[in-house]
Amino acid sequence: MKTSLRLGVMNVKNNVRLEFIGIPENVSFARSCIGAFAAQLDCTLEDIEEIKLVVSEAVSNSIIHGYGGSREGSVTIEASLYDNRTIEITVIDYGCGIEDLEQAMKPSYSSDPARMGLGFTFMKSFMDEMEVVSKPHEGTSVRLKRSFLQREQQAYA
Amino acid sequence: MAYELKQVRNTLVVKLTGELDLLISERLRKEIDNRLEDNGIKNLIFNMERVSFIDSSGLGLIIGRYKKINANSGRMYIVGASNNVEKILLFSGINKLVPIYNQEQDIINI
Repeated sequence: MKTSLRLGVMNVKNNVRLEFIGIPENVSFARSCIGAFAAQLDCTLEDIEEIKLVVSEAVSNSIIHGYGGSREGSVTIEASLYDNRTIEITVIDYGCGIEDLEQAMKPSYSSDPARMGLGFTFMKSFMDEMEVVSKPHEGTSVRLKRSFLQREQQAYA
Repeated sequence: MAYELKQVRNTLVVKLTGELDLLISERLRKEIDNRLEDNGIKNLIFNMERVSFIDSSGLGLIIGRYKKINANSGRMYIVGASNNVEKILLFSGINKLVPIYNQEQDIINI
């Protein structure tokens, strides 16, 4: 991924990269790690909870849809903090990819009836930016970004 | 995540502790469905007083059980959701199907 190369616009203050097997046992690990990393932004606990939620959704998608619950294949998360109180999180799997991205991103669409199809809705609602890149048989990458500076400025505007 | 299943007459009370995510939802789904099939249970209460986190896998668990209970003309309730959890429940709109109460006692009094 090229997330860390996008300099010039914003300076990276900190960066972490995690890689783990895509199994349900690691969803909690992933969201706790990124939640702890995001805590450096000095935002509210509620904000941290929202970040943990979106990480949980993206990683669960990789495990369930990317790898079809096969317990094989790895998930990579790269997260960066920028100097304007912005966090960018990219969750990458190397699984089956999404055939119809437009359909997958519709609210309440789910290929699995046991889930509510709210994953992308949560990601879109709780983050400022969401970008999904997917190629069938190669994998999916979800880039999520949220700035806390912007929200503060908006609040005072 | 720990959970406790308790049967009171024809109602199953599921008391959860911890984080309701993909891992726990999969385990709990099997356990609850086994109980629903075996014991002539009609109603279901999810006690979430001690749940600190829920995501769409957890919501899927609830909505899936709701469909089963509803198909059998039973009733289902959620009790004791913390602020964090309640926010997600309300966001999903699940409360329109499964009412949320403060404590188990409130349901018994209905």
